[in-house]
Amino acid sequence: MISASTSRVSVQSNARTIALTMFILGAGLVFLTGFAPSTTLHNAAHDSRHTLSFPCH
Amino acid sequence: MLIRFLWVGLMAGLLAGVPTAAIQHFTTTPLIIQAELYEQAEHSDHAALDGPTLLQGGAVIPAGYLLAHGPATEGAADEWAPDEGLERTFYTSIATIITAIGYAFMLLAAMFLAKSEITPRTGLLWGLAGFAAAGLAPSLGLSPELPGAASAGLLSRQIWWITTVVTTACGLWMLLRISTPLAIGIGVVLMVVPHFIGAPHPELLTSEVPSELAAHFASSSLVLHAIIWALAGTFVGFMWQRGETPAEQ
Repeated sequence: MISASTSRVSVQSNARTIALTMFILGAGLVFLTGFAPSTTLHNAAHDSRHTLSFPCH
Repeated sequence: MLIRFLWVGLMAGLLAGVPTAAIQHFTTTPLIIQAELYEQAEHSDHAALDGPTLLQGGAVIPAGYLLAHGPATEGAADEWAPDEGLERTFYTSIATIITAIGYAFMLLAAMFLAKSEITPRTGLLWGLAGFAAAGLAPSLGLSPELPGAASAGLLSRQIWWITTVVTTACGLWMLLRISTPLAIGIGVVLMVVPHFIGAPHPELLTSEVPSELAAHFASSSLVLHAIIWALAGTFVGFMWQRGETPAEQ
């Protein structure tokens, strides 16, 4: 019983860690397209930066 | 679990990003290209003339200069930039789709962490909250800008933008998820503070772009922003419910 409960807590905690990682990964993708200072990335994503109202230039 | 998260986020981002990129191609991108002609005229003495390029509408502009403009990128005209036409459309579409995947990942993670039911209907509501935080709130201080519009320093605008989005998202969370009187009070304060401080603006509001073009772009841009968030949220719920996963772990 204790073991099953501990296992359930562990699975939930694992899922939360995965969700947090996904959130950070998603924010990283948005940073790449919307904010990364690299000129090459800026030029590639230029029109999307303007359209999705990220500060540009 | 990880595979399911990645699969749902990727598919939802693709399903939201592709139609948004298509609408963008016919709405905001032509306005950006038009604005660049005005900006081009202003900066033509700095242009790197690698040969003329024919734009849609028959306008001729120097090649190699179109995307390297404004004080932040001045002198960067030799940097790589996509060629006009298909290549530019391709990279713009890829950037929009990657952004949509990022939004989908964040929405799915936030819904999961909030222990929210994950359906197309709740996804749409979370997506609209995302639009309120990342689209509407920053636009109150920094309206969506065309190339050539007057603006304050890039870094200060980026810092204000990110702060506003984060505080608005936290404020909405406190209002809608915690919802105690104290949380509502704190939430409202969080959402108001960035606007009380104020967005960075240039001392002189001069622009090379006609105001009609800028106004059209601002409204179109907000609609595109609403579409990408709404679709990302809806498809996150749709894909999660379908349980389409190669191998759930």
